[in-house]
Amino acid sequence: MPHITLPPNVPGIRSLFVFRPDTGGALCDLAQTLLYNPHPTLSAGERETIAAYVSNLNTCKYCTNSHAAIARHQLGEQAGIVKQVLADPETAPVSDKLKALLKIAARVQSGGKNVTEDDVALARAEGATDIEIHDTVLIAAAFCMYNRYVDGLATWQPEDGELYDKMGELRAREGYHNSSSTQLIT
Amino acid sequence: MAHIELNNDLPGIRGLMAYRPELAEPLNALAETLLRDDNNTLTRGERELIGTYVSYLNDCFFCQNVHGAMAGHYLECDIQQIDAVKQDFRSAELTDKMKALLAIAYSVQKGGKQVTEEQIAEAREHGATDTEIHDTVLIAAAFCMFNRYVDGLGTWAPQDRQFYINRAPQRALEGYQSSVFK
Repeated sequence: MPHITLPPNVPGIRSLFVFRPDTGGALCDLAQTLLYNPHPTLSAGERETIAAYVSNLNTCKYCTNSHAAIARHQLGEQAGIVKQVLADPETAPVSDKLKALLKIAARVQSGGKNVTEDDVALARAEGATDIEIHDTVLIAAAFCMYNRYVDGLATWQPEDGELYDKMGELRAREGYHNSSSTQLIT
Repeated sequence: MAHIELNNDLPGIRGLMAYRPELAEPLNALAETLLRDDNNTLTRGERELIGTYVSYLNDCFFCQNVHGAMAGHYLECDIQQIDAVKQDFRSAELTDKMKALLAIAYSVQKGGKQVTEEQIAEAREHGATDTEIHDTVLIAAAFCMFNRYVDGLGTWAPQDRQFYINRAPQRALEGYQSSVFK
């Protein structure tokens, strides 16, 4: 049961957006810009994969399932990599650049100061740009917020995989500003 | 030196915000609503204190000094008193409600699942509302982001703590959405 009185049958962070729309707006805008809007080089699928990976490290079921589903829908034929990245990025069939960025994301998850010069040099050697490194750090940091927000208030997190898949399809298509997924999932 | 070329000399998060203004916008909107909007039963000083405490737990020098100075400005106390709260809020001169909310913030910093039913019950016993509990959790969570963003990119921070104290009154006046480039 959630720690505060939230709208019934609305899952995870969506219930918190309904409870407090003022902060919900800024949090949606952040997700939209970080994960969905066009990026010079990182695909939406890659960015969602980083988000799902960090959420999994934080053991936040709702965010992991949601962003893994969005990532799969963004990645299309390459959807299979998401599960492999969550299990072990080192052996997943992704580029060395993405592996290096995932390593930075894991460092950020354990604490900002844990990112080393070597981590950054490795990412650069694999072709990562400054903006890619920047956005990786902020995606990882942002999910250290979203995950704590969702779990810290003990929101309702459905078990049904199909619901996450439907929501993932919708978000991959329409982004974060469409609120109809609230209805979709209830 | 920052891990990436920011093309500016601004310290802490301000350098990052100038580098990537499209992301600065929602980040500042979040800070403004959470910490400065007066449509809130927690005072600005109380909310800044929660941000300061979590930044201290995350060992982020820039954020704990920016927000410590803001808290000191609003609560009309000096930086030594703010430091005392960070080190041991239970012995500080705070309301029982604030102590209960800081205990929740402490747990959020460790991880969302660390918040217990007992902590929530205690906050409620001392008069905390659902919105106050919500905002405490989100402020603590947001600083787990801001702190990682600032330190994860290796930004620089002025070491003289007076720098932060001097800036606080102007920041309090102008808010978070206008202060990035100043």
